[in-house]
Amino acid sequence: MPRRRRARKVVEPPSFKGYRPYGTINRSRGVVELHYEEYEAIKLADYDMMNHQEASDLMDVSRPTFARVYETARRKIARALVEGKEIVSVYGNAHLENDWFECTACDAKFTMPHAVKDKSCPLCKSDKIKTILH
Amino acid sequence: MKTLITSKGDSTDSFFDLRFGRGQYFCIYDDESGKLEFIKNENAEAQGGAGTKTSEKVIELGVKKVISGDFGPKAKDLLNRFGIQMVIINNANKTIMDIIRTLS
Repeated sequence: MPRRRRARKVVEPPSFKGYRPYGTINRSRGVVELHYEEYEAIKLADYDMMNHQEASDLMDVSRPTFARVYETARRKIARALVEGKEIVSVYGNAHLENDWFECTACDAKFTMPHAVKDKSCPLCKSDKIKTILH
Repeated sequence: MKTLITSKGDSTDSFFDLRFGRGQYFCIYDDESGKLEFIKNENAEAQGGAGTKTSEKVIELGVKKVISGDFGPKAKDLLNRFGIQMVIINNANKTIMDIIRTLS
């Protein structure tokens, strides 16, 4: 079994649902799914001009992981531009600050503020938790 | 760390209250000293703004975790802003003792 994927912290989800090219001959050539964490990576590195170390700390992942997320983000955007594809933003492996979690062991729902270091269920201490999408 | 649990009465045998702003009593449990304290909720009968007032009370008390049945949008907002962890349990048949036992 592969190692569990660590959720990437996203401060604010993108303000758009997607981008669509215009002036293309064929109306639709498919879509590229840009994850929230990839958008965040581009934003931190190229808009806020952070270095990868700072950005990875902010997203709560290692620097190499940040670099990988950033790379897939760049490649997806490049593919969308060159192939005239639509970009849609999807949730991906993001973990939003105000997110709610659910414990599969005791059914409790809870939030995970910044100050909480222990990433387990606050009630029964089980680590079988999952994000609830809303 | 202090945890607040909404309760229907002022003893450990009382049932857990599903309402946050209008919960009858608050049980404050300190997991370092193991101390328990019950406070009556003054906002239980409030006409409006019970969630906001109760959230302010929670912040004042220095509680870091709140266990209740549900939180209104204003209470959620406020507690989020102050980094207080919210826990929702959807089971009114639990007593305060049951919850404290699962906590420790």
